[in-house]
Amino acid sequence: MSGDHILTVDRLMMRFGGIVAVNELSFAAERRKITALIGPNGAGKTTVFNCITGFYRPSGGAIRLAHDDGRTIQLERLNDFRISKQAKVARTFQNIRLFPGMTALENLMVAQHNALMRASGLTLLGLLGLPSWREAEAHAIELARTWLNRVGLLDRADDAAGNLPYGDQRRLEIARAMCTEPALLCLDEPAAGLNARESGGLNELLLSIRNEQGTSILLIEHDMSVVMEISDHVVVMDYGVKIAEGTPQAVRDDPKVIAAYLGADEEEAIAVMESGT
Amino acid sequence: MSATSARPSPAAQPSGSAFILKKALISALVALVLFSLMIGVRTEAGPQGGLIYWTRFGDLAALVATVFGGSIVVELLRQWWGPVDKDSIVPKPVQSAISFAGRWLAPALLVFTFLVPVIFYNQRYILDLSILVLTYVMLGWGLNVVVGLAGLLDLGYVAFYAVGAYSYALLATNFGLSFWVCLPLAGILAAFWGVLLGFPVLRLRGDYLAIVTLAFGEIIRLVIINWQSLTGGPNGVSGIPRPTMFGIPLTPGDDGLAAKLGIEFSPTHRLVFLFYLILAMALLTNWVTIRLRRLPIGRAWEALREDEVACRALGINTTTTKLTAFATGAMFGGLAGAFFATRQGFISPESFTFQESALVLAIVVLGGMGSQLGVALAALAMIGGFELFRGLDQYRMLVFGIAMVLLMIWRPRGLIGHRAPTVFLERNQAISSDLVKEGHG
Repeated sequence: MSGDHILTVDRLMMRFGGIVAVNELSFAAERRKITALIGPNGAGKTTVFNCITGFYRPSGGAIRLAHDDGRTIQLERLNDFRISKQAKVARTFQNIRLFPGMTALENLMVAQHNALMRASGLTLLGLLGLPSWREAEAHAIELARTWLNRVGLLDRADDAAGNLPYGDQRRLEIARAMCTEPALLCLDEPAAGLNARESGGLNELLLSIRNEQGTSILLIEHDMSVVMEISDHVVVMDYGVKIAEGTPQAVRDDPKVIAAYLGADEEEAIAVMESGT
Repeated sequence: MSATSARPSPAAQPSGSAFILKKALISALVALVLFSLMIGVRTEAGPQGGLIYWTRFGDLAALVATVFGGSIVVELLRQWWGPVDKDSIVPKPVQSAISFAGRWLAPALLVFTFLVPVIFYNQRYILDLSILVLTYVMLGWGLNVVVGLAGLLDLGYVAFYAVGAYSYALLATNFGLSFWVCLPLAGILAAFWGVLLGFPVLRLRGDYLAIVTLAFGEIIRLVIINWQSLTGGPNGVSGIPRPTMFGIPLTPGDDGLAAKLGIEFSPTHRLVFLFYLILAMALLTNWVTIRLRRLPIGRAWEALREDEVACRALGINTTTTKLTAFATGAMFGGLAGAFFATRQGFISPESFTFQESALVLAIVVLGGMGSQLGVALAALAMIGGFELFRGLDQYRMLVFGIAMVLLMIWRPRGLIGHRAPTVFLERNQAISSDLVKEGHG
């Protein structure tokens, strides 16, 4: 594989006791491109995500993140909040995890925690209300306003996040992730539960994030209308291994992918596998 | 209530009169069954040793009727003031009057508090009581940081109160340090212990966290009891110096404040001074908390209460965030403790039992978690109310218990059931407590 890769997953292994959830998975995500990770339920997609975003520590393999400035970060050595803070990888969740009792604007302010903590001099300068802090806060609010506008939620900025309709919550979660100003944005089923019109809007949003912010996107998705329309590169997983990758068109026509998705008899599957390799 | 009408009410209960009547009838029936033998029939040993009995159906009927009527009243009240979220049937003018009162309640309360020593100058009892209430307001505001904002259930808050009190008592009696030097020291020491408690409990959540903090409170108390050489054990520490007004003692002597001002000495001066001292300390707590809520650390606390996993995904260091919450809460507890020691002049481990922790926690929960005004009102109700019912003798606990139960029926999320946003673009609208999480520990 050639090209400018922001994320390189190299023989990633994840075991839970005796179960191998991810087995020697290798793939790469290109810079300023949208890479989709697809596969049937239980294929191990979310496990891969959790490894990349530091929620799981991989049992083996390497995950490398190459920043624009040439720094390379071994993600499997970082954990927890440091992935987001130092490696600039942001994520959303399959089941939306907003702060429901806080307003949409507050959600986006929390996302800028690390930048604001620095600006507030670890709270001390902020407690005194110094001008430099006020300026930083105004700047943060402005960034939040920009993103609220981008996802079309500016008029609901002061509503509790938990009060927003489902589709709005999905978009707000993306806006919140973008407020951390990530290099890589990982989206776990962003179109889940959206209707056709809403997922069309989501496509536009993701494309504009890629084109205007230059953020690389890695997404898990079941909604093929989203995957096929916006992805530059698709990786297909089944039972913890990669079964195919390539452009959306190539993947769609791959017999192994069809077999994995539509299900096939054992013999048929073996036949497909053999014919494919 | 505009935000709520868009959403179906979570507990959509029928509210017609038929429903109320049915509910009242059931309550009356239960009362009838329950009281028919307890009240309706009275037995006693007769003069010949045999059992004689007589009936009191009149009393029984009165009681059942009371339950019936009471049930209707309670249900009506519940539907009027009931859970904040429900479409209220209170008429508009009443609603706006309530919201008007709500807006001016805090400033009015503050002005009144400032005037308490003026109004009740000659009533020592009231002054003493208000100092006590303010101490609990401060403790409540301190614990509110940990429980209300960060959502960490702390059942051992009294430990920090004790650390603060003993810090001042021991530093003052052994080294002769003044109150104003010891006050920050007590705060710092308590904050240090807060961090120390924070470390082992970082991984714990919910019930487990509560148990460990409870144990921590007991450990501190037991250490104080048993470390006789330092703390005097169960005998406590006595002769703790009274606070001075920046070096001028409030004593009848020639160098006392009264003599310097050229006025007649009165023991009330010290009470008034203590009153304003604790008021200033409580207001400082309040001010700092309000400021912190609007700073990234405060928002991170609240975000932690809402969803810890999401916090980690956003690059928030949950470890330090939790520790700062513990330390901040503990610091205010320690400051209050130092005040307690200087006010009493004598402290012993008996003042720092679990009951105190439970009381402060009850104040925070009753006030509405995270609400500053709610905590102040709850402290007033809990401490002041308890004193108010003193005249009822043995019924005091009963009345108090009933009041608590009723309050929890009408206001399950505390007196102030809203959360005020820390930042807004256009509209500063309160958030219904149904959406706000309590935290998982």
